[in-house]
Amino acid sequence: MYDFLFKPFEEMTSEDYQKVGFKSGLEVHQQLLTDKKLFCRCPAGKYMHQYEAEILRHMRPTLSELGEYDGTALMEFKTKKNIIYQIHRDTVCTYEMDDTPPFEINDEALDISLLIGMLYRCAMIDEIHIARKQYLDGSIPTGFQRTTIFAVDGQIPYKDRIIDIVQVSLEEDSCREVSDIGHKRVYNTDRLGMPLIETVTAPQMKTPVEVMEVGEILSAMVRSTGMVRTGPGAGREDVNVSVEGGTRIEIKGVPSLNRIPRLTYNEAMRQWNLLRLREELHRRGINKDTFEAKTVNITKQIRKTSYTPINNAIQENKSVYCVTLRGFKDLLRWQTQTDTFFAREISDRVRVIACLTTLPNIIHSDSMGENIAASEWQIIKKHVGAKEDDTVVIVWGDIGDLETASKEIIIRAKESTIGVPSETRQALKDGTNGFERILPGADRMYPDTDLPPKRISEERIINLKQYIPEYFWEREKWYNELGLPEDIIRPLSISKYAMLFKKAVKEFKIDPVLAGVALIQYPKRLKRKHLDINKLSEENLSEVFKAHSEGLISREGILMYMGEIARTGSWDKENISPVSKTKLADSIKEAEYEVSILKVRNHEMEKRIVLSEAMKKLRGKIDGVKVYSKIFGNKKD
Amino acid sequence: MSDLYKGYRGEALEVLKKFEALVWCNVKITSNEGVFRGTILPRSETADDLHIVIKLISGYNVGIAAKKITNIDVGERKEAHYKIPEKAFPYDPKKPNVKLLGTGGTIASRLDYRTGAVIPAFTPGELYGSVPELADICNLDTSKLYGVFSENMGPEQWIGTAKAIGEEIEKGIHGIVIGHGTDTMHHTAAALSFMVQDSPVPIVMVGSQRSSDRPSSDAALNLMHSVKTAAESDIAEVMVCMFGPTSDEYGLLHMGTRVRKMHSSYRSTFRTIGDVPIATVSREKITLMRKGYKKRRYDRNVTINTAFEEKVSIVYYYPNMKPDIIDSLIDNDYRGIVIAGTGLGHVNKPLYPALKRAKEKGIAVYMTVQTLWGYVQMYVYDTGRDMMELGVVPSANMLPEVAYIKLCWALGQTDNLDEVKRIMLTPIANEITEREPSNGYLILQGGLPEVEEFISKYRK
Repeated sequence: MYDFLFKPFEEMTSEDYQKVGFKSGLEVHQQLLTDKKLFCRCPAGKYMHQYEAEILRHMRPTLSELGEYDGTALMEFKTKKNIIYQIHRDTVCTYEMDDTPPFEINDEALDISLLIGMLYRCAMIDEIHIARKQYLDGSIPTGFQRTTIFAVDGQIPYKDRIIDIVQVSLEEDSCREVSDIGHKRVYNTDRLGMPLIETVTAPQMKTPVEVMEVGEILSAMVRSTGMVRTGPGAGREDVNVSVEGGTRIEIKGVPSLNRIPRLTYNEAMRQWNLLRLREELHRRGINKDTFEAKTVNITKQIRKTSYTPINNAIQENKSVYCVTLRGFKDLLRWQTQTDTFFAREISDRVRVIACLTTLPNIIHSDSMGENIAASEWQIIKKHVGAKEDDTVVIVWGDIGDLETASKEIIIRAKESTIGVPSETRQALKDGTNGFERILPGADRMYPDTDLPPKRISEERIINLKQYIPEYFWEREKWYNELGLPEDIIRPLSISKYAMLFKKAVKEFKIDPVLAGVALIQYPKRLKRKHLDINKLSEENLSEVFKAHSEGLISREGILMYMGEIARTGSWDKENISPVSKTKLADSIKEAEYEVSILKVRNHEMEKRIVLSEAMKKLRGKIDGVKVYSKIFGNKKD
Repeated sequence: MSDLYKGYRGEALEVLKKFEALVWCNVKITSNEGVFRGTILPRSETADDLHIVIKLISGYNVGIAAKKITNIDVGERKEAHYKIPEKAFPYDPKKPNVKLLGTGGTIASRLDYRTGAVIPAFTPGELYGSVPELADICNLDTSKLYGVFSENMGPEQWIGTAKAIGEEIEKGIHGIVIGHGTDTMHHTAAALSFMVQDSPVPIVMVGSQRSSDRPSSDAALNLMHSVKTAAESDIAEVMVCMFGPTSDEYGLLHMGTRVRKMHSSYRSTFRTIGDVPIATVSREKITLMRKGYKKRRYDRNVTINTAFEEKVSIVYYYPNMKPDIIDSLIDNDYRGIVIAGTGLGHVNKPLYPALKRAKEKGIAVYMTVQTLWGYVQMYVYDTGRDMMELGVVPSANMLPEVAYIKLCWALGQTDNLDEVKRIMLTPIANEITEREPSNGYLILQGGLPEVEEFISKYRK
């Protein structure tokens, strides 16, 4: 059944993905552009590079997570993480520290959310309920994220079909991880609590590229409102991937859309190859009932090794365990992802769950010769009673962590006889993904008793409807008709100035290319000069366009006055009047007089200097061409 | 019948009845907005009568406007019943025996995701399932005395708890832990400090500031700290054991008469006022911070005195207070009044006639300070002297709530105001101290460079 073999990424076709039953859906996270956070009144969007104080917390599984209490869960307690939150008073109050109950939900954030829900053509929720979604990794100090569904069942067009939006929720953003070493994980809290919406699509994408493209549409749609944050970290994706016979796996925190194709390709390959691994194990007669493994402390046997990581561990009084996996010979070198093998699945679990974070954290006999001497392998294999077709895995560290590690190695190996384990996985830079954590139970939502349900009135919805932007793809169609340059079409269609562009073209009759360039390119130029382009309000820009359409300022005057606005927040619109023929003549005369004092010999050069001097007085108010022809005659007309 | 539509009223109830949709039914609801699939949940009684709440398959709850609903397809009904799995608390004859008395509030609990309900865990078996570390410390037995919220604790519960403590001590327990809501924990701590005297074993009050259903709860660690204190410490006092810093690091053991809840929601809300706590307690060790506490004994002797007079009030003075406040207490036959006065213990002149009436009617009036820190000193200003003339008794550095509890207790024992005064002013459990140590008043002022430096060095 699993005889298809994954080809290199570039060679995979849609048919190949169809063969493996590739299915993918997206969870797109987008920060909203609000002044304040979602459930407290701390400023949103303020990032700190230093911190003033630390808080230490532990995340304790509540009874519900543990279910039947057993030894493994107890072990996880004992190897639990110290979670450190770095805090700064400018960005964090006692709410984020989980020392004050939530304040009422930020209405600005809720309005933006509702607007986006309507943009997706969702069914809107009449009364929202705040829920707590449990997270045990510490990324939120409460141990849960406050979140609420405000819209369900939307649709967006993609190619010749519709992609369903399952639900849209408004939630608080989590902490940024600073480090995670051994038993200590450190979080920065500046981003914590910022409003974020999560859009969940149905798993209707059939190839890795489709996933990216749908992501692009969703991202463009929310940005077209002009009410979401942009820049690094403002939009992040989780991608769900499965193949036929596999498991829905969530790849978390994909920072940019163009990383999606390779990540989803690798995840599909990983699942497919794990299913092939299962087939191979079954062929060898190993299933979940016949699976056998054992753990032996081999600290004594290996104490003289020259392999540095183990040698160092022994110097530090740590121990070394050996886990024998019966009949697994060569399978730790079974490929899972691009340049990645099954051993990594095991190493990842040991790293995350047993907190043995210094890599390498395991070695195994399927890669003999690369680490400890062949003779040492023989001694160990003999000592633990490993047979020719077994694989042995060696792991080192504190004895408490080793208990967890050896159990985890066995758990992960055994899972390979069953299929693809439910996990959330972490996007890595090389396009592969690594284990992040065991998927929490399906049930991890419960009502937030700190906040009452909130009714969304019909008046509120009706009032918001006027702010729903046109669909960006409709704007783009028009821009194409107007003949706008290719590179400004998408940026303009999702720009906060899209409405202003329409006004400039339709009302002020400004050349569409000029208006488009002015709204998309000029701000970039001004930003490069370190000017504050946030000062370029629609109101100010609208006035500049109007002045241009009335002949008060020239084409180049637009950039000049935009610069003035970015510098000072306003512009001297009162002193703009049309340049009359007399004024033009006067300015040139003045310039000619000034130049005459200079005694320039070359007559042509003299005229050029006159032009430049005259332009100094007239720049931005009249086109240079007109001044030129007045000085040089009508050569250029 | 009402349970079938639990919590629904008015419009919403009408719609549910119309489609015969009961709570806990799986439904497909069609409204003008669209189609929603999920399970109908009971409605909170305080919520409006316009919406029907369903739990979507994703686990989220949403409310749908009843008037928009055009159809409900009703599927299977599955009522939620939840039980906490129990596992026998291990017994080790070498470990001390600790009794946990419950008065209310939840120390441990299990969440029912389906209903959103928090189901308290209390029996040793349930607690073992939730905080297994307790078994490393002691043999735990539990007994639920009451199930009331903190604010509903009163004389009945204080007396009952004191008696229960007496019984446990007689049976030879090694330590007692009392689970309690945090809001009035210091009132109960004061009551027990007076009602239970010369206990041979630690009596440790504990609660949580963050409910135990959340991963970040302080409940489990507080419970471990308190059980460790009860089992292992040599401090035979009534204590409050709650977080020292907001970090999960250590707890403080506060003297039951010197402790007060000082923040409405912080984890480290309890503070010893006008003194230093007795000790810190972590999972590893108990570290003393001061001397002068009663030591653990190995006898079973204890004095339980549960006298209590309920007609006592506490009056928080404010400028422009009118005498009718005091008058109304006098007219309602109150026998004792504790005033929380300004500064060193003052009230305004217009109150004097009322205070005079109180004296004439034989009402015991005691002065404390609303500054919380510091002593009442009524000689410094004439107003203070005037008031003493009117029979107002300065109560040294007794905290207002503690003075209130003590006055109830004293008036419960005698009608003789001199005897009441003797009881009030004789320290029993550090409620009055001879001296305020120089580090007994420390409120660090945020923003000061040296304080910020301190905060950056030590975890909050």
